[in-house]
Amino acid sequence: MHWSLIVYCGVITFLTRFTMIFALKKDIFNDRTKKILSYVPAAIFPAIIFPPIFLDNSGYLDLESNPKILAAILAIITGYFSKNIIATIFAGLISYWFLIFFYF
Amino acid sequence: MNTRLKTLSKGIIDVSPLMIPVFPFGIIYGVIGMDLGIGPYMTLALSIIIFGGASQIVLLQLFSGGASSLVILSSVGAVNSRHLLYGAVLSEHLSTLKLTWKIILSYVMVDQAFAVSNTYLKKNFKDKNKHYHLLGAGFTCWTIWQISTILGIVLGSVVPEELGLSFTISLTFLALLINDFRKFKNIIVMLVSGIVATIGYNLIPFKAYIIVSALTALGVATLLTLTELKKR
Repeated sequence: MHWSLIVYCGVITFLTRFTMIFALKKDIFNDRTKKILSYVPAAIFPAIIFPPIFLDNSGYLDLESNPKILAAILAIITGYFSKNIIATIFAGLISYWFLIFFYF
Repeated sequence: MNTRLKTLSKGIIDVSPLMIPVFPFGIIYGVIGMDLGIGPYMTLALSIIIFGGASQIVLLQLFSGGASSLVILSSVGAVNSRHLLYGAVLSEHLSTLKLTWKIILSYVMVDQAFAVSNTYLKKNFKDKNKHYHLLGAGFTCWTIWQISTILGIVLGSVVPEELGLSFTISLTFLALLINDFRKFKNIIVMLVSGIVATIGYNLIPFKAYIIVSALTALGVATLLTLTELKKR
């Protein structure tokens, strides 16, 4: 990885935080825009979550012998009921380890 | 106690509970950085220069997948677009500050700091030192993030690959969405994003699958918002 790429990513991240604070005197976004922007995590994070779970190392869809799907479902159930971030991560990780050591 | 110091400590105390999930996230990030072979200095440099967990992971994931700089930059930009909202919401509290203050506070305005300081700033509208709360909250996040990154770097050199720690990336982001699991519209947006990314992973050129699926899902979110507002 080249250092310039890291710096550019740093600059972009900084600018998204700085621009509005620098340019605005008060909030200009209407409720509709705010509502749409509130969907940003839901719109982006699954794009990071899904491919490593559903695709194998060569990029093919793997729905049959795939412990990650089952582990992710257990994590979702845990998250739904506990609303606890750490519990969700550990439920997924521990069930994943259990599955790969005993079943797959 | 000096009022500025008091406000600063209030920021530190308010944000502290939110640091509990951040700490393991930082460790996971450090482990993954080492796992992908970018070395300890670059792994830490990302945490200092970018200082944004999601952006750093997206950068690593796309870089290791061989994406071009342009695709990486636009994807990082998309991940960060939520900060525009934070900035706009906080601008009325920070507009009278000097430029140096605005620069420092922007650098530390991460999700957790925004969440607690936004509440505080609204309640203490008239206090002229109220921005010290964001400074305290922000630098607490910063410190925890750097320490956990370093711990992850140390652990990353000893954790065996068989544990499948790359799966923790998916789990961590999944865990960050738990508050969306109960909202039907958010589930639709999440499914659109995930399905487009999975199908597009091989079909969309230049590894642009994150930005394409994010924009598609945001389009769906826009439609859902507009139809909801029309009904009223």
